Amino acid sequence: MGLFIVRRFVAAVLVMFAISVLVFLIFFATPGVDPAARIAGRSATPQILAQVRHAFGLDRPLPIRYLLMMDHLFIKQDLSSYVNIGDRVVPQILNAAPVTLSLIFGAAVIWLLVGIAGGVVAAANRGKIIDPIITFLGIGAISVPAYWLGEVVLYFTQSKLHSSVFSWAPGSGYVPLTQNPGEWALHLLFPWLTLASLYAGIYARVLRAELVNALNEDYVRTARAKGLSERRILMRHALRCSLITVVTLFGLDVGALVGGAALLTEVVFGLPGVGLLTFNALENLDLPVIMGAVLYGAFFVVLANAVVDIAYAFLDPRVRLV
Amino acid sequence: MTDSSVTSTAKSARGPESPWRSSLRQLWRNRPAIIGFFVFLVVVAVCLCAPLYAHYVAHENPFTSNIQGTFRLHGRTIHVLQQNTQGTGLGVTPIGPTWDFSHYFLGADNQGRDVFARLLYGGRTSLLIGTSSALICCAVAAVLGVVAGYFGGPIDWVLSRIFDIIWAFPIYLLAISLSVVLLTTGIQFGPIHVGAGSLLVPILIIASIYVPYVARPLRGIVISLREREFIQSAIGSGASDTRILLKEILPNVAPSIIVFLPLMVAFNLLTESALSFLSIGVQPPAASWGTIINDGLGLLYTRPAVAIAPGIMIAITAISLNILGDGARDAFDPKAKLRGSV
Repeated sequence: MGLFIVRRFVAAVLVMFAISVLVFLIFFATPGVDPAARIAGRSATPQILAQVRHAFGLDRPLPIRYLLMMDHLFIKQDLSSYVNIGDRVVPQILNAAPVTLSLIFGAAVIWLLVGIAGGVVAAANRGKIIDPIITFLGIGAISVPAYWLGEVVLYFTQSKLHSSVFSWAPGSGYVPLTQNPGEWALHLLFPWLTLASLYAGIYARVLRAELVNALNEDYVRTARAKGLSERRILMRHALRCSLITVVTLFGLDVGALVGGAALLTEVVFGLPGVGLLTFNALENLDLPVIMGAVLYGAFFVVLANAVVDIAYAFLDPRVRLV
Repeated sequence: MTDSSVTSTAKSARGPESPWRSSLRQLWRNRPAIIGFFVFLVVVAVCLCAPLYAHYVAHENPFTSNIQGTFRLHGRTIHVLQQNTQGTGLGVTPIGPTWDFSHYFLGADNQGRDVFARLLYGGRTSLLIGTSSALICCAVAAVLGVVAGYFGGPIDWVLSRIFDIIWAFPIYLLAISLSVVLLTTGIQFGPIHVGAGSLLVPILIIASIYVPYVARPLRGIVISLREREFIQSAIGSGASDTRILLKEILPNVAPSIIVFLPLMVAFNLLTESALSFLSIGVQPPAASWGTIINDGLGLLYTRPAVAIAPGIMIAITAISLNILGDGARDAFDPKAKLRGSV
């Protein structure tokens, strides 16, 4: 088990390295892309371009530039933006991270509650009308574009029904938890619900499928033969086993969300998290910020993958042999 | 069924039914899946009629701005962009939905263009990108997944590591990074050159980022197939690799590919719309459902139809494809699983 964990983490570090190289190559080595031209502006003369190249170290060979960038990003931590000269990348990301984490934390609570309840209710009522209704709602939730749902929510809460039902709805923006917990929750309520709807749909569908499979297993038949109630079989036996899949999925999804999948929700609701930071940097092609944000995101995705694999190996010894 | 005895005798006379026929029959019996299939066909057919609608019914060109335009409705002449009467009285607001099928059915956007006609044209683009990128993705993934699973060894190792890296990459960040760079430069790969504004740029980006999502499950299927007796006996009897791949492996992975296809179209449609919404997908003057939602952002509180209508179209299309995909899975390959879907 110890060896498995070590091997898994070595693999994770290698994947991180490969991702950093890939991002670097996308932005610095794609034919036709010239960061210097971006920095210098449209009407720069060749002399100015050469000066800019030299000042930003863009005239050095690619491997050196990669190493320099990693050195500034991770070791000196003084990598600064190409666009807003002087803005350090690392503090920007660290300032934005609590916003993203707040958004994901609240949404995760909602989608776990709704998703698990939906899956259990659907599986318990197979053959009744409520099961296909929940299934359809789940399909609907994964088929609606999340950013569009955010727009519709904004339209109803800020404009259409703002003078009647939703007069209490706050404008967009973010209030830190430490400053005012009530306002924090209120400002994040609609982003939470929007983000949670997609995942609640996925989780309800996954859990229903797992439960239906579990209910056909031998151990469930044994439990029935013992005379246990159907409710107890579902909640105590089938659900416990099926939740393993949900936990796995949850680890991966939270990793992906912290790593950037919440970008669209942040952009729509104007939440100054890592996603919005990345998006603004992308619009300006602000390469250091993009590198920092993407690597920050990849770190969480890779970490989540590794943790899920190790948790799996812990629960199921067969995996360790692979 | 009352005539089951008749069909079963007829079946035994013809020998056992082929698995393809029985799967198709099972799919046909799945009413929601068939309804989903027909809804998708209707959406495709309606969107294909975009030029006919624009030319013969609306008499509009939805790609040129029409700021000074007027049209006649119920005997009155109406300006497409109307002077604001509220607030300072400055600025203009495009007309809202007229609900008259031949004149600005869903209103105009802030350049005076017919939103309904743009919705149909945008649907053509979105569906084209969604389906073609799903086809390219599944084809490439099928080749890579089968090759990796069948040959194993160093080929498998290299391909699997590439899949691992893309898999571990935050998928939207990868799509966004590639789009930002490739939209300005186009794609230059050996002799192949794709222009910067071309629809092929988003198609190829979306197709390539999802390859591991399809290739990895297919590789797993091929690895387990390789151990089965019929493949071992084919190898033992000296059949060539090409023959085994085409005659034995391919027919056995085809059902999984069929299951993945409609789900991937839905996935890719949503990805395209998200990229276009961030204005790094389809580039103007072309329109897609995502770009129209983006156009409608500034009008969200005055003319919400512009932003809301394309989202409803995306949702209808994705729901019908997901239901079809679920039905196809039940019929063809109940164990097939894509990451991120069920």
